[in-house]
Amino acid sequence: MAKKSKENGSSSASNNNNKQDQDGLPDALLENQRTRVRVGNAGNENTRGIYYSGAYTSLGYDNSFSLDKFKKNFKINVLSDKPDHLVFEMIGVDAPIANALRRILISEIPTMAIERVFMINNTSILQDEVLAHRLGLIPIKVDPKIFNYKEPGKEYTAEDTLIFTLKVRCYKDANGETINGTVLSKHLTWVPTDDQNEMFPNEADHPRPAYDDIPIVKLRPGQALEVQCYCEKNIGREHIKWSPVGTAFYKILPEISVSDKVTGEKAKKLKQSCPMNVYDIEDSGKAFAARPMDCTMCRECIRDPEMEPFVKLERVRDHFIFSIESVGTIAPKTLFQDAIKILIDKCSTVENSLNTQI
Amino acid sequence: MPCIYICGECGAENEIKPKEPIKCKDCTYRIMYKKRTDRMIQFEAR
Repeated sequence: MAKKSKENGSSSASNNNNKQDQDGLPDALLENQRTRVRVGNAGNENTRGIYYSGAYTSLGYDNSFSLDKFKKNFKINVLSDKPDHLVFEMIGVDAPIANALRRILISEIPTMAIERVFMINNTSILQDEVLAHRLGLIPIKVDPKIFNYKEPGKEYTAEDTLIFTLKVRCYKDANGETINGTVLSKHLTWVPTDDQNEMFPNEADHPRPAYDDIPIVKLRPGQALEVQCYCEKNIGREHIKWSPVGTAFYKILPEISVSDKVTGEKAKKLKQSCPMNVYDIEDSGKAFAARPMDCTMCRECIRDPEMEPFVKLERVRDHFIFSIESVGTIAPKTLFQDAIKILIDKCSTVENSLNTQI
Repeated sequence: MPCIYICGECGAENEIKPKEPIKCKDCTYRIMYKKRTDRMIQFEAR
């Protein structure tokens, strides 16, 4: 990526041209078209970004990509940071990059998950295959970086497999209380193989389910379960159980402008029409968008053709509000860093293959 | 190898030989279930 942008910077003789405003086009309408997506009653306008480097040459604006410009404009702003949920703004990046990161987060970051299930005994009402499927979906908390991908058709080794056993029997104790009525993920016990004990010297790093209270099956007294589970490392593209995120998504920043003419009855009507309660009325009686971040772009406020000229629904093209919700195994911040590393790896693969072709 | 079935009514284990009527020896119930294998079964967790 870095190399490509360097080439762009040197090849464009734009340095002389853009003595004028670097930060935008002089024409307000064109600038709006370049940076905003318009949401209208009849559909969306200007959805496609303008990437051609010479698109605005006649206006003295250099539209080419340059690393310096990117560095100047790019910004990340954390909005909410919880252990399992990260929300941040990513400003000054093109949609393809943001989307690539989202897709990598969902399907290309490796994790460990139960893949092979050996049923020794299962007298519960849940069928063996359904139980196996449920076990597979339990997030396993280990550092996947210390494991290898399992080679198909080869024996299991300590470097690519983790073994868990699940041996639970439900019974009634002396007081008539049912014990083990629900099999939980905490009943899964890790069985270290070979030198796996040395791989995890700290008690806290021991492989275990991300949460202890995930219900697996319900049992009645007398029913029992004996299962052996083999975990493998893989990525979410193979099966979602390996996806480290519950959801990773972004939305593009909504920008709502309400005309000064919306006052009195009209303002009340506008406030009421919004199901997300985005609008508020000023003391002067003027309506304004108080909570534009809540807007889902449902267009309910402009459905009435009378209102359409007064309300402008737009999205800022290069402003992404990213939300990463981890499944509990890897912190969302680490996930995002991993995703960027994977994207860089992919780019350098392409770069290398292009270089070796010549 | 003896073929053992489980009675659907009383849960008793019955050995039924060929040509014998399918019937529980304890309660004469006629619905029988196969026993689960004592071998390990492998599944793919997908």
